[in-house]
Amino acid sequence: MIYPKSLIIAVFVSFFIVFAQACGGDDTADRTSGQAETAEAGLSEFELEHGVGPITERIELSDEFDPELVEKGRNIYEMKCEMCHNMEGRMVGPALGDVMERRSAEFVMNFILNPSGMVREHPTGQELLREYMTAMPYQNVMEDEARAIVEFLREYNELN
Amino acid sequence: MTNNKSKTLRGLFLGAGFIAIAAFIFTGCPSQQRMLDTGDAAQKVYVAPGEHDEYYGFFSGGYSGQLSVWGLPSARLLRVIPVFSQDPETAYGYSEETKPLLETSYGFIPWDDSHHPHISQTNGDADGRWIFINANNTPRIARIDLTTFQTREILEIPNTGGNHASSFVTSNTEYVIGGTRFSIPYEEDLDVPIDSYSDAFRGALSFIAVDQQSGRMELDFQIIVPPYNYDLGRAGKGPSSDWVFFTTYNTEEAHTMLEINASRNDKDFIAAVNWRKAAELVRDGHGRTMPGEFYHNYYAGKQGYAVNDVKNGVTVLDTREIDEDFIYYLPTPKSPHGVDIDPTGEYIVGGGKLATVIPVHSFSRMLEAIENGAIIERIDGIPVLDYDSTIIGEVENPGLGPLHTEFDGQGYAYTSVYISSEIVKWSLETFEVVDRIDAYYSIGHLLITAGDNVNPEPRYMVGLTKTAKDRYLPTGPKQNHPAQLYDISGGRMQLLKDFPTIGEPHYAQAIRADKIVNQVAQIYEMEENDHPHAIRRIADNRVERDGNVVRIFMGSTRSHFRPDNIEGIRVGDTVYIHLTNFEQEWDVVHGIAIKGANNTELLVAPGETKTIKWEPKRTGIYPFYCTAFCSALHQEMQGYIRVSAADSDVQLTWRTGTN
Repeated sequence: MIYPKSLIIAVFVSFFIVFAQACGGDDTADRTSGQAETAEAGLSEFELEHGVGPITERIELSDEFDPELVEKGRNIYEMKCEMCHNMEGRMVGPALGDVMERRSAEFVMNFILNPSGMVREHPTGQELLREYMTAMPYQNVMEDEARAIVEFLREYNELN
Repeated sequence: MTNNKSKTLRGLFLGAGFIAIAAFIFTGCPSQQRMLDTGDAAQKVYVAPGEHDEYYGFFSGGYSGQLSVWGLPSARLLRVIPVFSQDPETAYGYSEETKPLLETSYGFIPWDDSHHPHISQTNGDADGRWIFINANNTPRIARIDLTTFQTREILEIPNTGGNHASSFVTSNTEYVIGGTRFSIPYEEDLDVPIDSYSDAFRGALSFIAVDQQSGRMELDFQIIVPPYNYDLGRAGKGPSSDWVFFTTYNTEEAHTMLEINASRNDKDFIAAVNWRKAAELVRDGHGRTMPGEFYHNYYAGKQGYAVNDVKNGVTVLDTREIDEDFIYYLPTPKSPHGVDIDPTGEYIVGGGKLATVIPVHSFSRMLEAIENGAIIERIDGIPVLDYDSTIIGEVENPGLGPLHTEFDGQGYAYTSVYISSEIVKWSLETFEVVDRIDAYYSIGHLLITAGDNVNPEPRYMVGLTKTAKDRYLPTGPKQNHPAQLYDISGGRMQLLKDFPTIGEPHYAQAIRADKIVNQVAQIYEMEENDHPHAIRRIADNRVERDGNVVRIFMGSTRSHFRPDNIEGIRVGDTVYIHLTNFEQEWDVVHGIAIKGANNTELLVAPGETKTIKWEPKRTGIYPFYCTAFCSALHQEMQGYIRVSAADSDVQLTWRTGTN
């Protein structure tokens, strides 16, 4: 028996739609609840103050700046950050000359290491996105490199 | 399509009255093709959104000169990798980095005909490091890196006319082979009458060594052989790993109207070459160096400009001068096209294009014949073995025009048959045909997943066919070539899908995706950018003038260029725009296009530096913009270049961000 292909496809497709809708429904539900949970109320106190990302506890900062770390941070900053940030005055993103006065080291590191998570989940990140209209990209910066950038920014803040 | 399931489905729809309408729409298509129930077939090729295919398929572009990458079984096109032809979309062959790749001893060539992709191997199985592909017309071999899916190297092959028997690799990628389809005079540019063919023309078989770390190719040696047409090649496997095999036709030595004149002999030859022994002969000083210019083009570093390394000579082994035997002719009926080696390395299958049978030689019998001296004559010193001493089977009734064979590792071979347009499955034990299925239309090569490996995976087969005719919605007198996907996991071949492809998908290979996926690069790391004109700190963006040459060192990120206002360019300048993409996020690409530039756009991947040459011919203000939709502010990603008269004294200035 020769069978019109379109009909069989139609049956298959409708079958699939039913199946997919069921699965899709679950998925949507998950995402909604996830959003509710992380919208401010869902964040821990640490996360509210220090950001969402791989840095989950306070890091040690000494009063002395480590010159090697500062230099490493400067190199990475010039390669991967300076395209969009000035030290003084807003550019694509906010000025960073005094960022270490405004934010904790952990917050800055989490923003560098998890920028999409920060603008999606953190109230300050959401606010910054509304203000600057450009989400900060992930620049393939590792945790030790983010720490070095913090050291560089701390020293800059101190000296300027 | 007559199983119980479809009857049930029919019941579902009869009442709705759809059948009549649909049957009317599909009038003329009561398909005779053998395939699974459409729903079952759809399920087998369905890959859900966001899910990945199980196999990468690498399809040659044939006369497009490129290599296309497909997901199988869904037959989704993933990417087209430019190899031998310029590609304005990616600026391949237009950017300063890639132009040297297309240089040859004949100058810059914007096109070629790419036929046989072959994935590098370890112990006889594809390993996913690199894929090689041949240029047929101006003989070359390219190497594509399978971390970046980028053409990294192209090597020209001298003394060759039509590098068709290429680019097949040996079991551990020791060599990539090439062979001349046209015999030509060996001395380059030799000006002789065409009818001096038998005296002055010679064939060349090429052995290109591969550096196992870098993949870098080197033309190690060539073998000078009688002036036949060397058609296809394959490397041995397992016990035959030290050998490669080439088919020949035109043993008649015709140089005109080959259609008739090269089809007279009852048998032509498969040339069996012991490459390990040939390489030893070369090491022991049996070769001689013949002059011959050829280009070797490659990237010396991770990024930067491809370089042209011009060579001036090749080591050749001439069978007329060497007493030791390292190449043998196996008589094979009748203008054989393909030569394919089964996974055990024992069976050497000829595609007897004009023959009524598929001839199968035995490798172990061949060794015995050599041992026993079953030599019927010598041609230019090459022993011709007795047909009966090497042949082990002839597959009867294979259809008309058998071409190429792949194997499933379960004791069966699958041969494409051109004239009767079908694939025949036959047993390597009984040499009898056990199944056959139509191809749409006029099949050339075919692939089996992990085919031409020691361990093929009998899941899918793809037939690569030459004409589409009525298979798809018509698109004019010339249509894209089709490919058909078959399920070979059961006893019988079943058609699953039929899809149009890019160019002419001449040959293709499929490799399990998990052999490649984890090595694929997502960015070019900025720290490793060794391009001589990259900027690694945005503070280094600048414009430099040296006489009439102006270099713009520009950076891009979402969503601006630096610099984006440039003045002081003059008519008559040659301007190079070196654009470094400062993004370090996967798949965030920026482009640049300049009004009136007699060139292409650039597309620059994250962390990459690329260069476009621009020679403005008129004064004025030239807008430029990002061609890759990169962010919500993509439309703001633009700039201006002011071009002044040749004698203007406008100072060279550049800036960003200060109105």
